[in-house]
Amino acid sequence: MQRHSYLLVNLGLALLACVFFVASIYVGRGGELLVGKLHAIDETDRSLAWLILREVRLPRALLGLFVGATLGLTGAALQGLLRNPLAEPGLIGASSGAALGAVLVFYFGLAAGSAMLVPFGGVVGALLSLGILYLLAGRNPSIVTLILAGVAISAFTSALTSLALSLAASPYAVYEIIFWLLGSFTDRSMDQVRFAAPFMAIGAILVASTARGLDALTLGEDTAATLGFNQSSLKARAVLGTGLAVGAAVSVTGVIGFVGLVVPHLVRPLVGHQPGRLLLPSALAGAALLLAADLLVRLPLDGPEPKLGVVTSLIGAPFFLWLILRTRRETP
Amino acid sequence: MELRVENLRASLGGARVLRGPSVAAHSPNFIGLVGPNGAGKTTLVRAIANLIPFEGTIALDGAAVNVIEARARARKIAYLAQGAESHWPLTAERLVALGRLPHLEPFRAPQPSDEEAIEHAMELADVAQFRQRDVLTLSGGERARVLLARALAVEAELLLVDEPVASLDPYHQLGVMEVLRAYVDRGRMVIAVLHDLSLAARFCDRLILLDEGVIRADGVPAQVLTPENLRSVYRVEAQIGGEGRNFFVQPMKRVE
Repeated sequence: MQRHSYLLVNLGLALLACVFFVASIYVGRGGELLVGKLHAIDETDRSLAWLILREVRLPRALLGLFVGATLGLTGAALQGLLRNPLAEPGLIGASSGAALGAVLVFYFGLAAGSAMLVPFGGVVGALLSLGILYLLAGRNPSIVTLILAGVAISAFTSALTSLALSLAASPYAVYEIIFWLLGSFTDRSMDQVRFAAPFMAIGAILVASTARGLDALTLGEDTAATLGFNQSSLKARAVLGTGLAVGAAVSVTGVIGFVGLVVPHLVRPLVGHQPGRLLLPSALAGAALLLAADLLVRLPLDGPEPKLGVVTSLIGAPFFLWLILRTRRETP
Repeated sequence: MELRVENLRASLGGARVLRGPSVAAHSPNFIGLVGPNGAGKTTLVRAIANLIPFEGTIALDGAAVNVIEARARARKIAYLAQGAESHWPLTAERLVALGRLPHLEPFRAPQPSDEEAIEHAMELADVAQFRQRDVLTLSGGERARVLLARALAVEAELLLVDEPVASLDPYHQLGVMEVLRAYVDRGRMVIAVLHDLSLAARFCDRLILLDEGVIRADGVPAQVLTPENLRSVYRVEAQIGGEGRNFFVQPMKRVE
C-alpha cells in the first residue's frame, strides 16, 4: 500500500513536470503558441519557428527541468542531512561562490568575448568555495561546524560580489551583473546547458546515493553509524553533490531563491516525512514548479519580462511564512 | 555468540575514561552495566558499538568490531542511544523499519523477511497498535517503546541499550525491561546501562559494576550489589532484600 502510493506520487509529479516542460517549449511571450507556425506553409516562417524552438525554447525548458530538479533534490538532501527544515541548497556556500565566479567574469568584461565564460567562472567559483569549506570544516564536521563554515563562505563571497559591483568601471557591467544575479532562464544557449548538465548529473548521482543514509539520520548520527552508514562519507557525498549541482545551476541561471527551501516542505507530507524517500519526488516537484514559474514570467505581453529569481522569491517567501504559521498552529 | 572485551582503554577529551576493563560473555545473556555517573558505562557501550576510538580488543565471535565491514557490523550489533529521538514525524511503522537498513540490498526493496522482522519487533515491544501514528505525537513511554522496537528490528545478536528506562514511569520501565528479557530469552545478548539497581538486579542475568573506568565487581546480581560495594562505589547505605526476581535495593542515605 505504502509503496503503491509512493509510486503514484512520483508518477503524478513526473507527469506534471512533463506537461510544464512541453508547455515551456510551445508557449511564448504573452502566452502565444508556437504550434501553428511549425507547420506554416511559408518556408521562412517555418524554419524560423523551428529555429526558435531549438535555440531559444528548448534550452530554456531544459534549464527549467534540470535546475528545478537540482534545487528540489539538493534542498531535500540538505534538510535531511542537517535534520533542519530551514536548510536550503545555498547554505553550504557553493551557490554564492558560483555567483561570485560568474560576476567576476562580467566585472572583467570577459562575458562579451564568449557566453561560455560566465558558467565556466561560476563552476570554478563553486568548486573553490567547496574546497574552502573542506579546509574549514574538515573530514567529518559536526552539523554546526558545517553550517557555520557555509554561512562564513556565503557572507564573504557575497561581500566580494558587492565589492565587484561597487568597483565596476562601466555602468553597463553593473547593469549586466545585477540582471544576471536576479536569476533567469532567458537567452541561455544550448552550449551553456550542455556545459552545466554533466555537473548537475554527477551532483545528483552523489546526492541520490545518500538516500538510505538520510533515512538512518532520522535517528541521529550515532544511530545512523550503528546502522552501517559511514558519517564522513555520507556528509562528503551530500555536500559535494549539492555544491556541484547547485554551483553549475547558478552558473548558468543566476540565483533562484526559495525553490530548494519550499519544495521539500510541499512534498514531505506526501512521502511520510522520510528524508530518503523525499529526494526523488522533491526533484520532480522542483522541476514542475520552476517550469511553471518560468511560464508565468512570460505571460505579460508588454514591458520587460520579470526575472524568474524575483518571481520565485515573491511567491516563495509568503508561502514559506504560511508554512511557518501552519506549523505553529499544529504544534502548540 | 561470544563477546570478548580485553584491556579496553578509551579517552574522552584527553581524559582517560576506560582503564582496561575485560569482559567475556556468551549469549543468551542479559548483562546490566551499573555504576555511578562518570564511571564509563556509556563509553564502554559506545566503544563496543564502534562509535569511539579505543585501544585494546573488542571481538564478536573472534572478529574485531573495528575491523568488520560497517554493514556487517550493523547486522550484528544494534544500539539504542540514551534519550534516542526521531528528528522527523515518521509513523511508528516507518521508524521501526529503519532498523532493517543494514539488511537492505542496494537498489532493492525490502524483502518479506524484513517485513516479518518489523512485525515481530512491533509485537515484542507492544507498539503494533501505534503503527500509523506519528511518533512525535506519542507519549514519552510509547515513543520509547517504538524506538526500542526499531533497535529490535535489526535482529542483531548483540543489543546495546543506554539507559532505556531513564525517563519512564514504573509501568513503562517494567514494560521495557520485560521486552529486553524476552529478546534475551530468544537466544540473544543484551547489554544495558542501568541506574535503577532493583530493576537491574531483577531482570539481568549478570551485573558488571563499573567505577572510574575499571570493573569493581562482576557476577550474578546478589554478588555484585552487596552493602560493601554500594558503600565503596556508590557511596550510599542501602536496604537490600529479596531474592532472585524479587531482589531489591533501596538507597537510604549518603556516606560521607
